[in-house]
Amino acid sequence: MTDLLPLIVAKYNYWLYVILMMIGLYAMIAKNNLIKKVVGMNIFQTAIILFYVSIGYKKDATIPIIQNAHGGHDAHAAVIHAIDYINPLPHVLMLTAIVVSVATFGVAMALAVRIYQRYQTLEEDELRMRLSE
Amino acid sequence: MKFLGVVIVCLTGGLLLYGTADFPDWGDPSSPASTHLSDYYIEKTIEDTQVPNIVTSVLADYRGFDTMFETAVIFTAGLACFLLLRDFRGKKERFYRHKPTGVILHIKDGKKTLAVGKEFEHMDKDWVPSDLIIKTVCRILIPFIQIYAMYVVAHGDFSPGGGFQGGVIFGSSLILLAISYDLKTLVKRIKEKVLGIFAALGVLIYVGIAAICMPMGGNFLDYSKLAPLVPGDPHHVRALGMLGVEIGVGFAVMAVMAIIYINIVSEGRHDEGL
Repeated sequence: MTDLLPLIVAKYNYWLYVILMMIGLYAMIAKNNLIKKVVGMNIFQTAIILFYVSIGYKKDATIPIIQNAHGGHDAHAAVIHAIDYINPLPHVLMLTAIVVSVATFGVAMALAVRIYQRYQTLEEDELRMRLSE
Repeated sequence: MKFLGVVIVCLTGGLLLYGTADFPDWGDPSSPASTHLSDYYIEKTIEDTQVPNIVTSVLADYRGFDTMFETAVIFTAGLACFLLLRDFRGKKERFYRHKPTGVILHIKDGKKTLAVGKEFEHMDKDWVPSDLIIKTVCRILIPFIQIYAMYVVAHGDFSPGGGFQGGVIFGSSLILLAISYDLKTLVKRIKEKVLGIFAALGVLIYVGIAAICMPMGGNFLDYSKLAPLVPGDPHHVRALGMLGVEIGVGFAVMAVMAIIYINIVSEGRHDEGL
């Protein structure tokens, strides 16, 4: 146990993302209500976003915007060190992933509205009963 | 099902946690993700594109195709919501409110209509008088939110921001209008057709700017070939091309946010809702 704790502290971002992802996965598997399943899917996506963004982090680095990029005072072009800026690539990927998650959430809600209009329920077991009738 | 779910979740979670032992430490600068490609992006972005915000330059230039189809995904989501939910049949019964007295008229015959104007107004079945404070605060706030959204789009090259974020902020200002007043107010201000045109226009701007590069002698999405078309410093042409596609993305996201919201809350009838 004593040697497990430093392992968790050094990689606590992964532990958090796994816990969050499993909450979402459990909601998708076990919940009966379709809206709760969709919310579980959203939690799952959020966990992946957290995972990616935490990968991009570097110690003692700043946000990925080049400082003094067009600063006219320094005649010599300042050398840009990659170690000073956090990794921009996960941020780009997640920026688009967030928007796609909003879009999928919207379509899922639209489908849920249609299902409710037709069957007057969003509970999965009742839906299955209606469909087998 | 619940027990099975717990077993699956514990198994998957255990495997994932076991796998994290091989992952790089939190904040490790020499992790595999931060060594190969991202170094090139960070060190060369000023040289290649003149855009200080690396996220924007990667999003709109290095990975321009990705973002283009991302915009297409957004457009498709709005289209899917429209096709799934839109219901053009009018309601059978209507409710009107006599403004001076507050008397509510319930007309069951769908064909008969009242002239809406100074005296009568359309209203919802579960209409409640809107709170004056909320209405006033939102009326003051919405223009500033919209100006801020435009700033976020326009300044996306130099500070955190860009088309997706600005579009979402603008779309949420429209949703705020619908929540604080009612859905009819929003639909009256911005017609459904206008929203659809904006969504398509956003994708068209993106693809158009990308396609113009081809007759100019470059590849698809090669903004540097646009230099003869834009006045000013030719070194900045990539930044201007990025600004153009970001505006397109902003249009598409803004319109699709509003389309999704309006269709879902009113179940596709666009008459009453949250």
